[in-house]
Amino acid sequence: MAAKCAQGYFMSSRPAMPVSRRSFIGGSAAAISAAGSVGAGKAKAQSSASADRAKKRTVSFTVNGDRREMEADTRLTLLDALRGPLGLPGSKKGCDHGQCGACTVHVDGQRMLSCFTLVAGLEGKEVTTIEGLANGDELHPLQQAFIDNDAFQCGYCTPGQIMSGVACIAEGHARTPAEIREYMSGNICRCAAYPNIVAAVEQARDAEG
Amino acid sequence: MRPFDYETPQDAAQAVALSEAAAQSHVGSPVQYIGGGTTLLDLMKLGVMRPERVVAIDGIGGDSLNAVKKTDQGLHIGALVSMAELADNGMIERDYPVLRDALWKAASPQIRNMARLGGNVLQRTRCPYFRDTTYDQCNKRVPGSGCAALDGFNRLHAVLGTSGSCIATYAGDWAQALVALDASVSVLGPDGPRVLPFSGLHRLPSDAPHIETTLKPGELITGFTIPDGPWPRSTYVKVRDRESYAFANASAAVALEMEGDIATDVRIALGGLATVPWRASKAEAQLRGRPLGEAAMEAAAEAEFADAVTHEHNAFKVPLGKATLVRALTEAKAMEI
Ligand SMILES: Cc1cc2nc3c(=O)[nH]c(=O)nc-3n(C[C@H](O)[C@H](O)[C@H](O)COP(=O)(O)OP(=O)(O)OC[C@H]3O[C@@H](n4cnc5c(N)ncnc54)[C@H](O)[C@@H]3O)c2cc1C
Ligand code: SF4
Ligand code: FES
Ligand code: FES
Repeated sequence: MAAKCAQGYFMSSRPAMPVSRRSFIGGSAAAISAAGSVGAGKAKAQSSASADRAKKRTVSFTVNGDRREMEADTRLTLLDALRGPLGLPGSKKGCDHGQCGACTVHVDGQRMLSCFTLVAGLEGKEVTTIEGLANGDELHPLQQAFIDNDAFQCGYCTPGQIMSGVACIAEGHARTPAEIREYMSGNICRCAAYPNIVAAVEQARDAEG
Repeated sequence: MRPFDYETPQDAAQAVALSEAAAQSHVGSPVQYIGGGTTLLDLMKLGVMRPERVVAIDGIGGDSLNAVKKTDQGLHIGALVSMAELADNGMIERDYPVLRDALWKAASPQIRNMARLGGNVLQRTRCPYFRDTTYDQCNKRVPGSGCAALDGFNRLHAVLGTSGSCIATYAGDWAQALVALDASVSVLGPDGPRVLPFSGLHRLPSDAPHIETTLKPGELITGFTIPDGPWPRSTYVKVRDRESYAFANASAAVALEMEGDIATDVRIALGGLATVPWRASKAEAQLRGRPLGEAAMEAAAEAEFADAVTHEHNAFKVPLGKATLVRALTEAKAMEI
């Protein structure tokens, strides 16, 4: 039952579109979270019916400048909301446990992990994702720097790296390569593009003066 | 994750009123505060924690919960200050480097932006058997069930302060700085406010590892006070499996007061090695009031680890712990202030 709920939640809120890589990924994200609720099912059998019922909260916040109002299950993370109902799959789910940084977004200008952020707690907040970084067709200087420096291979960690890198520069924690490595350590790259990522952050830092 | 109510109190008193709940086990309590959520949501996703009510404290007002300021009682640090905010505070960097080093060497920049200091000191062990509910045996998670780590893979486990019921390491870093500097912790509970020594917050596992702290159900940590100082000659050395974004295999918080070669005051706490933030009182007693040379440091480290208890995979932590202690003392002594 929980599985159906979670899936229904994602599906009903997604705009209809032809089957593409994106919607396939969206579908598997729903499947992942459905699988996530199966484990909880064991506990549910023991608890009362009322404890089983999803609790909802209405929350209003902005994503990349657009106001969003959601009636969200209190369990919904920002990461699942972005990749599901909000239709912004740029933020990636690497671990769902704070260990990889692939889900990094900005909340009120600070880099945060969307896998550890509850939508229920976002009232009045401003969220920026990788999709909101470019200025129209003009890439953000760090996006351009990632291309110029070949700062990725498979690209899975890249949205998180870029969101983290933009914040790293803004915080003033990008003064030396050693400092960049330390303050980018929350973003794991399985392809080990690390030297190129450091070079990209340096280029964007210098471009911003 | 099991469904839960999400409450957003406006102030500390409301938060406490929403959190009264009878519970023995801190892990099993049906009501949980949420600050940054970086421990709580992790363990809720794993099914280790299953609260029915989550009380959000990140938005509650009140100067003292959000402030860092010097007062007549000492340095006050509010429980809702984020790890990043304190680490980036210029006064802390100058006057209390150990408080800063223990933070920027912890977790990741994203986690430090989210996590609050109240939740930080209450983060839970990373013992893999605690975190994985498919293991039946874990006295911390399921009181009385046994301890899978005793005969399991215990490389990361503690060598100090263990019991036959639990050998889980206290995983955090910042608490070591607090315990070394004789901090106190202020809490607000259903019966009003109280203050306790930080060294009295965490409980040794003894035969009840599920009772992790001396906090009563519903008590809210509001802040920390560091009585004297400043401690410009202080540092935090952390040794881990990779250079960043990893928990400590061994760490040492050290603060020194020197007159010439003589250590007139010595504060030491160890992390990554013990079941609680570990004040190295034996080592301190040997060093206080004496010339701080290498041989003295090594003898002090020897004394501190005399009662260490190792298990199959963690014997390396004894020499590593001693070396870490000596290195932290050496670095603090050499600091130019
Ligand atoms: C991948 C990863 C790596 C990490 N690495 C490190 C590391 O190297 N070093 C390190 O020190 N830490 C590390 N951490 C742990 C991290 O620092 C803690 O998770 C964080 O500090 C907890 O703070 P929080 O505000 O997020 O707590 P929460 O998750 O919000 O709360 C934790 C617990 O404390 C309770 N609580 C919270 N605030 C209060 C309060 N004011 N009063 C009473 N109870 C309260 C909650 O109910 C909950 O039970 C790591 C975490 C992750 C996920
Ligand atoms: S060491 Fe403690 S936390 Fe780990 S399995 Fe044993 S009882 Fe559980
Ligand atoms: S998905 Fe959030 S840190 Fe890995
Ligand atoms: S580019 Fe593949 S994980 Fe970083």
